[in-house]
Amino acid sequence: MSNERFKNPITESAPVRWALIAAVLAFLALFVLTPLVIVFTEAFSKGWEEYILALQEPDAVKAIRLTLLVAAIAVPANLLFGLAASWAIAKFEFRGKSFLITLIDLPFSVSPVISGLVYVLLFGANSVLGPILKSHGLQIVFAVPGIVLATIFVTFPFVARELIPLMQDQGTGDEEAAISLGANGWQAFWYVTVPNIKWALLYGVLLCNARAMGEFGAVSVVSGHIRGLTNTMPLHVEILYNDYNVVGAFAVASLLALLALLTLVLRTILETRYGSELSAGQKH
Amino acid sequence: MTSARSAARWHWKNPSVIPGFGLTLGFTLAYLTLIILIPLAALAWRSASLGWSDFLRLVLDPRTLAALRISFSTALIAAVVNVVFGVVAAWVLVRYNFPGRRIVDAVVDLPFAIPTAVAGIALTAIYAPNGMIGSLLAPLGIKVAYSPLGIVVALIAIGLPFVVRTVQPVMQEISQEVEEAAASLGASRFQTIFRVILPGLTPAILTGFSLALARGIGEYGSVIFIAGNIPFVSEIAPLLIVIRLEEFDYGAATVIATVMLIISFLMLFLINFIQAWSRRRFGYEQ
Repeated sequence: MSNERFKNPITESAPVRWALIAAVLAFLALFVLTPLVIVFTEAFSKGWEEYILALQEPDAVKAIRLTLLVAAIAVPANLLFGLAASWAIAKFEFRGKSFLITLIDLPFSVSPVISGLVYVLLFGANSVLGPILKSHGLQIVFAVPGIVLATIFVTFPFVARELIPLMQDQGTGDEEAAISLGANGWQAFWYVTVPNIKWALLYGVLLCNARAMGEFGAVSVVSGHIRGLTNTMPLHVEILYNDYNVVGAFAVASLLALLALLTLVLRTILETRYGSELSAGQKH
Repeated sequence: MTSARSAARWHWKNPSVIPGFGLTLGFTLAYLTLIILIPLAALAWRSASLGWSDFLRLVLDPRTLAALRISFSTALIAAVVNVVFGVVAAWVLVRYNFPGRRIVDAVVDLPFAIPTAVAGIALTAIYAPNGMIGSLLAPLGIKVAYSPLGIVVALIAIGLPFVVRTVQPVMQEISQEVEEAAASLGASRFQTIFRVILPGLTPAILTGFSLALARGIGEYGSVIFIAGNIPFVSEIAPLLIVIRLEEFDYGAATVIATVMLIISFLMLFLINFIQAWSRRRFGYEQ
């Protein structure tokens, strides 16, 4: 009690501080970092050559191609949606807006498995649309279109969620000024809005892409698990793992883990450099 | 931005000089309807067409009830653990300066970015009886992988960022003057934290808890590898949906999904209610 009057009243004592920091570090090491490290140690457990061979295996290459294809369709689709939704919601006042925002967030509270199931019920063989699709030779479920749709469903809110709070915070003043100076709507969007939101847009696209490439549950339900045809990378990881091909499973998993790391590094750079342009709260 | 709704005439949109309202809202609604609402309606329609007696019979199936109970109870335990560590982690990140703080802050988001299947096989490799941590726990008689405990471990691993990222921004807005006032009025640090700071954070903590819980209930990829998937013991509801689908038992799959969705939506409304209440009560945004 001798140093009572030197004690800072609004922080904890040093031992408590370090104990809390240590607890958080231990928790993160145990549940977050160790799994990440294990992915790479298992992938390289039989050396570089086995690792490279596992990634060159034809089914692995096809899975990587399909994952890239699915993300190349799903991410731009949700980007376009995110821009349209945030423009309508942030630049105008209309009734039912908060209900619309709730609906946009809906996919976050739906289990990925259910996200896949709804498309099976809609387009599957014994659905209403099933016979019609079949007579036209169209296959959606257990084929690539179903995988794309399920991926769009689960990544639906990512871009919109980044943009809406930021654009609401930025208000409508800049666009109104541009239009009063003679710009048309597209010009106001390209030369005024896009520069204001570009980093948040990039951030939203990064998150959307990471989830699109890594989605497992929804895609698993609609894919039908046809090797070399409807297997994305996460599904291929599951097949290899169930075949006891540990090196192969972790080799493909390591690519997905690298993608996650890259996403986080870019995120950290964006937040450090352009933090104020990323989140609502400050303008410019 | 909020031009007064002064006109006596009711209108659903305030006038604006900015163009593009019809185009963007039209596209938004069309896309939302096609991608989200029609598929969800297909589920609701399929569920309704079963009729009450079939619906109840399928819900009350012992294996379905067991799977729902396992999903909800493991998600609940994991969400409680995540609240405790998530609040401490947010506090450490907001208040303390220590080397590597930025890296720790980034690592918190890793479970958001890492695909669930990758997390699933990695956690299984660690906690299996011959794994890095599993082999240490096995002699103590603790079995993590291939047991309900494994489900909890997987859900803890993926749920942490939901709590941290909800609580952290609210914590940043707490004015330290309030703490100085509490201290100068004779409150101990313990009293200040539990009677001054935490009550203000309660809405954010509850929101983070609900998000982690909702995610845990629906989680599939990270759980199925570690759970062992023994019916009535460690079989989660989303997996039972997949199993029923593979048996072409669409009715049972639909019913399990419907029950899960109804509970999730009730939670979503609760989250929105809590957020609205917290803004009124404390004046800071989520």
